[in-house]
Amino acid sequence: MSCSVNIRGGRVIDPAAGRDEVADVFIVDGKFAAAPAPDAVEIGARGLAVCPGFIDMHVHLREPGHGAKETIATGTRAAAAGGFTSVVAMPNTSPVADHPGIIAWMEERAAETGVVNVFPTGAITVGSQGEQLAPIGAMAAAGIVAVTDDGRCVQSHEVMRRAAEYAGMFGLPVLDHCQDASLAGSGAVMHEGFWSTVLGLPGWPRMAEEIIVARDAMLADATGTKIHCQHLSSAGSVRLLREARARGIALSGEVCPHHIALTDGAVQGYDTNAKMNPPLREQDDIDALLGGIADGTIGILATDHAPHAVYEKEVEFAAAPFGITGLETAVGVFCEVLLHRRKVVDLPRLVAMLTANPARLLALDRGTLAVGAAGDVTLLDPGREWVVDKEQFASKGRNTPFHGWKLRGRAVRTIVGGRTVWELNA
Amino acid sequence: MKWTRKDLVALSDLDAEEITFILDTAAEFKGVGQRRLKKVPSLRGQTLVNLFVEASTRTRTSFELAAVRLSADVVNITAAASSLSKGETLKDTAKNLEALAADLIVLRHSAAGAPQFLAGRLRAGVINAGDGSHEHPTQGLLDVFTIRERLGRLAGVKVGIVGDIRFSRVARSDIHALTKLGAQVTLIGPPTLVPREFARLGVGLSHSLDDVLGELDVVNLLRIQHERQQAGYFPGTGEYAALFGLNAARAARLKPGALVMHPGPIHRGVELDGSVADGSHSVILDQVTNGLAVRMAVLYLCGSVPPKEDA
Repeated sequence: MSCSVNIRGGRVIDPAAGRDEVADVFIVDGKFAAAPAPDAVEIGARGLAVCPGFIDMHVHLREPGHGAKETIATGTRAAAAGGFTSVVAMPNTSPVADHPGIIAWMEERAAETGVVNVFPTGAITVGSQGEQLAPIGAMAAAGIVAVTDDGRCVQSHEVMRRAAEYAGMFGLPVLDHCQDASLAGSGAVMHEGFWSTVLGLPGWPRMAEEIIVARDAMLADATGTKIHCQHLSSAGSVRLLREARARGIALSGEVCPHHIALTDGAVQGYDTNAKMNPPLREQDDIDALLGGIADGTIGILATDHAPHAVYEKEVEFAAAPFGITGLETAVGVFCEVLLHRRKVVDLPRLVAMLTANPARLLALDRGTLAVGAAGDVTLLDPGREWVVDKEQFASKGRNTPFHGWKLRGRAVRTIVGGRTVWELNA
Repeated sequence: MKWTRKDLVALSDLDAEEITFILDTAAEFKGVGQRRLKKVPSLRGQTLVNLFVEASTRTRTSFELAAVRLSADVVNITAAASSLSKGETLKDTAKNLEALAADLIVLRHSAAGAPQFLAGRLRAGVINAGDGSHEHPTQGLLDVFTIRERLGRLAGVKVGIVGDIRFSRVARSDIHALTKLGAQVTLIGPPTLVPREFARLGVGLSHSLDDVLGELDVVNLLRIQHERQQAGYFPGTGEYAALFGLNAARAARLKPGALVMHPGPIHRGVELDGSVADGSHSVILDQVTNGLAVRMAVLYLCGSVPPKEDA
């Protein structure tokens, strides 16, 4: 199969280069080129946005260890079907990705069974137990792009400080699931507010997140290491992030689709597809997150794709695991909310948050259409109407709160290194 | 009115007319309980399963007796004896019970929402006998039944609910039933146990029992659990009793005819003094008697609705 393609007549959006124009894009032998190859495959892109391949820097591929939920094979196919050419894999696998052997195994597995680029992350601490530093240097040599104890926020400020100092030596950012365990409490399952009160479910307050965002601002300031706050959910976090960035601190943040599309009211009826961590919060939080996106405080969009088996979610609310699938609905929800409904950003800004911005944070050689770069392209139809049908997912997960939603905006073709790995209705 | 629900999951789901209909039905069944022959054939041939995944003696016994008086066949299953302790999911356990043709499942469960979860998945009727901190609908119904019986009305009645509101399913069911029927509810306790989000349910909040005691027609005292103290919601039962206990001195300030209620089991000397529990204001044992009548009404009404076709 040819890895040379000519993508003709689309709206070419390359935020890394400040480019937005109708033009042709050429890929020759898997890399962007200034001129077409003679044997290239022609792809018509009239009416579509030709974007650098989308990067999702927050994905749970579940392999090794949780093949009933997802595998690298199914997870990367879900990514392709959602328009993502690169995914950043979280290390909370079983065993935890906390040493170079597992990183190498994942890379090998991705090369054998995956269809999009997989960039592994490594755990901050051994077993993500929050105590002893994992061999970050050895994992850096094995190819990790960041360290994180996602899902199990490092509680000791001292350990987190040393981790930031140490990871900085390798230029690795630290990704943090900002959550104070004592404030979150052991039994909490949703946002603490009116609905937790009515439903009789223990909730955890916004400040459980905000207190760690504040900590991370101090640690990023003190160490100079980039710290990235994952899946922000609360208005106060946006304010803290904005203040930190105004002071020049290397603190960044990401937002997931569900946190701007749903509130804690979605938990009514005890729908376990509304159970995620961090939890769905309130309309004021959504408005603040959108404000943070609008003014650039939050520069990265991600999914926190967290597939679970059907039987795991088909239980009492308290017993269900946290998380929802995201890869195949994210682009639709982001376009629907950010472009169409709330008009928070224009299309080039939206594309930047899915490409150039995460690539810059993680120092990936992706996220651009520049000549010589890897030929990853997402063809996006930002106004295309479609209805989410979870039974059509490539992911093993069916745990989505968006089933049946009518959305505007969908990737229609996903190209990795010049090779089409997914095409709508293909 | 015509009763159409196969399940009773939460009083938040019911409107005032439905609640009143249950209370009126319960009043008729209360008469049955005062006869020498206490049994009626209303549910003869039906099978009721008491599925108690959380310990309870009083509520389970009350449901069992209610079912027996309606001539239903009753099976009691407790968590320790069931497959749930062997890792079977709640859904599978209930599906198995249904395969054995249970008509009604009375569920007590530590997880909020468990009855709603089952009700949506089973043909059998599901009666919530208390789910986590969510609701305890038959307790809420027996509380309003007792107030209506004693005071003759609910509209305008001032009810104070005292204690562990945050974790109380009784408080939530009481709040829904009382506010729907026009009573004025004030929640009383320390801020750690009376979250201000409750105000959005149309109730008042107070952190001083002494401030509001003299205005109340009903004082409903909730059981204080030792584990709340361990979790830091209040310093100790001594301080709790000093601030929020209905002792003899406070009871002396009650309005004439005011009712003292408690869902039981009571802690004498903590939520209330023994003399108050046994005193003239106390209707605590009436609540127990009325609970039987209310549960007969609920089982009768839900048991009379044909099972849904597709589950």
